[in-house]
Amino acid sequence: MNRVLAIILQTLLLLALAPLISGCIRNWKAKLQNRCGPPVWQPYFDLVKFLRKDMVISEHASWIFRATPYVLLISTLLAGLMMPLISVSAPLSLFGGALAFVGLLALGRFFLALGGLDVASTFGGMGSSREMTIAAIAEPALMLAVFTVAITADKSTNLSQMLLAAQGPTWKLLNPAHVLAFAALFIVLLAETGRIPVDNPATHLELTMIHEAMILEYSGRYLALIEWSASVKQLVLMALLVNIFFPVGMAAELTPAALGLSFLWFMAKLLALAGAIVLVETTNAKLRLFRVPDLLSAAFVLAAMALLSTFLFQ
Amino acid sequence: MDVFSPELFLKIAFCAYGAGIVGSLLSLRHERAANLVGFASASLAALSGIGSALFALISGSAREAVAFELWPSSIPYVSLTLKLDPLSAFFVLIVSLLALALSVYSFGYVRGFYGRKNVAVLGAFYNALLLATTLVFTAANAFFFLIAWEIMALTAYCLISFEHEKAETRKAGVLYFIMSHIGTGCLILGFLLLFQVSGDYSFEGFRALGEKLSPARRDAAFLLFLFGFGVKAGIVPLHIWLPEAHPVAPSNVSALLSGVLIKTGIYGLTRVLFDFMGTPPNWWGVTVLTVGTVSALLGVLYALMEHDLKRLLAYHSIENIGIILMGLGASLMFLHTNHPVLATLALIAGLYHTINHAVFKSLLFLGAGAVLHATGTRNMEEMGGLIKRMPATAFCFLIGAVSISALPPLNGFVSEWLTYQSLLQGFGTTGSLVRLMFPLSGAMLALTGALAAACFVKAFGITFLAQPRSEEAAHAHEASPTMLLGMGLLTAACVFLGLFPTLFLKLLDPVTQQLTGQQIGTQLSLANRLALGNTQALGGTVSTLGIALMAVCLLPVPLVLWLFFGRRAQVRIGPTWDCGLRGLTPQMEYTATGFSKPIRMIFKALFRPHREVQREYDYSPYFAKTLRFESHIEEAFVTRLYRPLNRTILRLSRRMRALQAGSIQAYLIYIFITLLLLLIFAL
Repeated sequence: MNRVLAIILQTLLLLALAPLISGCIRNWKAKLQNRCGPPVWQPYFDLVKFLRKDMVISEHASWIFRATPYVLLISTLLAGLMMPLISVSAPLSLFGGALAFVGLLALGRFFLALGGLDVASTFGGMGSSREMTIAAIAEPALMLAVFTVAITADKSTNLSQMLLAAQGPTWKLLNPAHVLAFAALFIVLLAETGRIPVDNPATHLELTMIHEAMILEYSGRYLALIEWSASVKQLVLMALLVNIFFPVGMAAELTPAALGLSFLWFMAKLLALAGAIVLVETTNAKLRLFRVPDLLSAAFVLAAMALLSTFLFQ
Repeated sequence: MDVFSPELFLKIAFCAYGAGIVGSLLSLRHERAANLVGFASASLAALSGIGSALFALISGSAREAVAFELWPSSIPYVSLTLKLDPLSAFFVLIVSLLALALSVYSFGYVRGFYGRKNVAVLGAFYNALLLATTLVFTAANAFFFLIAWEIMALTAYCLISFEHEKAETRKAGVLYFIMSHIGTGCLILGFLLLFQVSGDYSFEGFRALGEKLSPARRDAAFLLFLFGFGVKAGIVPLHIWLPEAHPVAPSNVSALLSGVLIKTGIYGLTRVLFDFMGTPPNWWGVTVLTVGTVSALLGVLYALMEHDLKRLLAYHSIENIGIILMGLGASLMFLHTNHPVLATLALIAGLYHTINHAVFKSLLFLGAGAVLHATGTRNMEEMGGLIKRMPATAFCFLIGAVSISALPPLNGFVSEWLTYQSLLQGFGTTGSLVRLMFPLSGAMLALTGALAAACFVKAFGITFLAQPRSEEAAHAHEASPTMLLGMGLLTAACVFLGLFPTLFLKLLDPVTQQLTGQQIGTQLSLANRLALGNTQALGGTVSTLGIALMAVCLLPVPLVLWLFFGRRAQVRIGPTWDCGLRGLTPQMEYTATGFSKPIRMIFKALFRPHREVQREYDYSPYFAKTLRFESHIEEAFVTRLYRPLNRTILRLSRRMRALQAGSIQAYLIYIFITLLLLLIFAL
């Protein structure tokens, strides 16, 4: 019964919190650029509006196009349920750890890319091609960083276990393996969530779009589901970074007081990371597509150095 | 002793395959009869084979299996003995499972050859190939094994060259023939090395022989076997025949070649390395793991560059053989450092991926066959929109594509999860720098998996989605019911192996007991999930069934959103956004070549693409009247390794020609000199 409650609560938390983080990033970015910017609640208004709107579906689209938003949302939520957010044990931690987490995000991406190809437009194909390429070269860095953290956590890929090990008797932030792995994962986070310098979420030029080009044909309810999944994905990837590397204030037992405190901590950590993303986005220009592999190989090298340091300093 | 035994079923299977050969040949002039007889007896044999293998594995009779003679033989050293031990039974299960699905599919598929090619010959060779492969998996005598191996290689050659009126097919067939025989030569040498110590050709005599061999001889035997079986398995750089030969065969045969035939290499390696060679030195495992990693990565990279659907699938076979070898290599390394439980885990990962690859790759080849049947082309640039005309085929292909891309919750994910876990656990097995290899291979496996996903987005998206790119694709038709049934069987197998790994793992227990002396099937499965270690907190856990059920439970979320907000929203069908031009044509769609362009650019140093653009213009190159673009990629191994080798061999043989001048006198002198040398040598 407890577990069912945990699953429901975490699902709600993911769905409710994700647009806020997106809104904060958008608002702060505008502030930093001396613009007023949309209010932080804007993503919620957008989602409701999209849900209410009529849909136009391409005449070339098949059932893949229609199934994609659902597959995307559900796979992202499943991945989110494997991630410990405010309590140390994730609701679905027994159903899969880091590897299933990465796999589920890949499943969503697979269908989204198919959805992009399904409508017979050039933009969709271009977006799918680029998205799959960038994801492919981000994957080894992501996996190597996860492996490194898992190695310091008794070789467990269970996310809760990794978190506990990071909390451990001594806080391991100053462990060089963790510092380097954090840097690698931060770059992967930028790539996976389509942020500058890899992709520009605010662009309106089709030729430079990656994520936006793929979903160009989606409208109404489907667009709402896809946008929502994208922000949930961003939230869980950010949670991966803040909770594994800064495991402070996580609730060990499931009492309302502990959970509330932990929620405050979680928000603080998330907002700090969002601030870092805003800084990166404001101070950098978008890279040319063929410069992105350089950035991601830098992430891979960082992860490899993290791995090497587990070998050297132990 | 019961009347029913696995051996009895096995014999029935052999008889049925034999009946298939004879029956097909007897009905040479009656296509329909040949089709029915050939593939019906193959289906029957396959059912019997499945029964035999499952019986042997479940009842545990495989553990005490004894060799039995199929036929008394009077030739010294050669005895035609068979043995259905757990490892053999596991591979017999794979071949029989596929044979069943493929034979059902073939009923419909070979109708395409009516009036054009001789179906009876196809049926006879098909049965012969299955018979020979089953014999390879069960032979218990090196001599008999090699005979079956050769029959298998030759029948495969005949099947590859089935459509021999095409020059491309003939060339591919000859390449396969040559490579295959180089491999067999190495195997003969390898078995001779073992024979020198055991004095007997039976596999029983070879058991754990490695300890008795001198290290140099042992290493030589390892290299010979790795090379010999590696050619068959298609490891890089011995793979060049594979992407040529697999696509040109009829699709049901391609599925058999990629699904089963290359697995005979894996079977051979497992048999020799785990059963015969004793505790391996460290560099064996390192070599196998490296070869596996390189094969996996290069296989998928070359696959991405293909726009021939069947060649693309053939390159993916190289990738998956690499993944299997990663499991086996890691297992060898753990055996060296004396971690039998981990070795078992890695071995399970390899063997699980073996059956998974057999199932999803055959499924994909069958899907490609149905597409080829419907459109008459293997070129993806001329396909598109097939999902509307062939919905069932598209669905089966999609399941195969999700499986091969190692996405949860299907079977590819399960075996790659096991591989990742064994690589990760391997980090703790040794203190030396070698252990960095494990996570780095894991990272390369991640790259491979992600590239495979990109490749199958392309394969599925370009083939089945969007608008048809040619007349043929626009008028394609759904595959016939038997073809769909064949694909459906394999689709069901993909889902079963994905969602119920714990049930399947029980079958592997006798196999690991035989090879590493450990059984961890029950330890690995905890309720309905795979768990590492006995405690559930440590180590990773995964439950594909749980993920699938949970996905169903989450379905109400989007539904509630829709009910709450969007009940009044309307759905309109409209044209795709065309930037205000008048209508999109298929020409404006993204192509397969275009889709993989970013990857081609990123890995330019590896691919070295050849690119040629010709423009005709009047005033400025920016306003071209006509434009011709050509781009192709040749494998570095072909241009850098095989072509120079080929040239050298030709040059040497031209020199040798002087020896064979055709004059009897010269030949007599050669014979005399040889005799003299032999006499001197004998002194």
